[in-house]
Amino acid sequence: MSLVAAVPRGIVLVVAIVLIVAMFVPPLEPLREEFSLFFNIIAAFAFVLGGASLIGRHARKIRRRASGYGYSVVCIGAFGITLAAGLLKLGNPTGIGGDVTARGSVFAWIVRYVFGPADSGLFALLAFFIASAAFRAFRVRNRESTIMLVTAFLLLLGRTFLGGLVTSWLPDRLEAFELPNVIPWIMSVPLKAGSRAILIGVAVGAIATSLRIILGIDRPYRGEGK
Amino acid sequence: MVQLGRWAVMNVTGRRCIYLGMLLAVTVPMIWRISFKEHPTPMVRDIFATIEKLPKNARVLFVCDFDPASAAETRPMEDAFARHLCLRGVGLYCLTLWPTGPIEIDRTIRDVIALEFPSYRYGQNFVNLGYMSGNEAVVAVALTNFKKAFSTDVHNISTHDASRLPMMVPIEDLASFDLIVDVSAGYPGLNEWIPYGAIPAGVPIVGGSVAVGSPEIFPYIPEQCGGILVGVKGAAEYEQLLLEQYPQLDRPECRIALERMGPQTVAHLMIIGLILLGNGIHLWRRHKEAAA
Repeated sequence: MSLVAAVPRGIVLVVAIVLIVAMFVPPLEPLREEFSLFFNIIAAFAFVLGGASLIGRHARKIRRRASGYGYSVVCIGAFGITLAAGLLKLGNPTGIGGDVTARGSVFAWIVRYVFGPADSGLFALLAFFIASAAFRAFRVRNRESTIMLVTAFLLLLGRTFLGGLVTSWLPDRLEAFELPNVIPWIMSVPLKAGSRAILIGVAVGAIATSLRIILGIDRPYRGEGK
Repeated sequence: MVQLGRWAVMNVTGRRCIYLGMLLAVTVPMIWRISFKEHPTPMVRDIFATIEKLPKNARVLFVCDFDPASAAETRPMEDAFARHLCLRGVGLYCLTLWPTGPIEIDRTIRDVIALEFPSYRYGQNFVNLGYMSGNEAVVAVALTNFKKAFSTDVHNISTHDASRLPMMVPIEDLASFDLIVDVSAGYPGLNEWIPYGAIPAGVPIVGGSVAVGSPEIFPYIPEQCGGILVGVKGAAEYEQLLLEQYPQLDRPECRIALERMGPQTVAHLMIIGLILLGNGIHLWRRHKEAAA
């Protein structure tokens, strides 16, 4: 095995074993904390890589004058301005050592008046697409889709003031079937059971994947398996 | 071909009508300020009771894991929680695992804590620990050594500096807190704080989640998580409880979610109508095809 392949594999093996053993051996806890801190530092470097990747991708598009390259110019420009405002803490009343989001800083202004409204606006468009999808795609096609449709219908209705009104005529002995009582049952029994099944399945899958990585069967850190 | 063309025209026209309908469903209740009285569910009452039971000077980890995209749902929860916690006189330790979170913490501190509770002092009653990258790894470090995970606050003051941040003195690990309150809109959020933080530390946790993310949290309720506010409705129910318990809060800024329930309710009713209409047309067409 070459050194290039052995070193990352060795690091993964050692770190994984230490982290697992530290869960059961308290004296190893400081080591676990150090490794986790290293992870946090590496995670911070991901932002640098992400920024470099963004610039590289859009710069290539501008150089080739590819279709829609004007958007890339805007993207790189916005990225550069925001980065400069954040790194140099432009307009920050407490200076370069202060909080990056301090009131009055250019960065805080950009987030508050540009990023925030743009982000919220894009998300708000979902309401229109959901309404259109509800009409065009949410159909009774088979037994499963009917169950899903009826459940979604009850949940939607239950989250409006009409939810309480439509079943308020039921006699006291059928109180359990009133919509405000049916909704918590749906949420706490079938939904919880399904979610728990998915959660346990995901956990078992994560253990299996982790074991494959620890044993070197899967090596995503070398860009394999793409 | 002619028929196909007609269907295509109807599709486009229909879609535009739906979009216009949704625009009206949201804007008309906003302009007319239509709102409805909320009836808090048992889960929301449980969360309220958990915070109501906190002793004065209790230590609460207040986590804001969301961004502006989800702020329409999560901001009212964050504000309602902050207001309630300050009314109880507890110590607030604010932090986020989202890069876009610090601006939300700043806003809450400026618009709720500083404005409505002038007696709250920075470093004594609340502290802003800002953002830390690393997702669940941050929670794992904070679990056993909180000050290692958060060595400074947002003003670069060391969390070991007892003179400037006296409220950090008793904090050693996550078990040093009496409660964790997390308002989350996805990853990392409640789904990380519950298994990696609250459960191993034995600290109760409550929070709020965007409606689409709530099914992921339900498996933990009520054993591992005290409850969550689900979407704007959950926030509105919480505001209703706050108004009932603290009538002095009957101000517009304390009724944000209650006011947002108006447009949401009308939009929900419109979607219900569209589902019924869509299925009615679908079944009628199927019936016609079968007859032919």
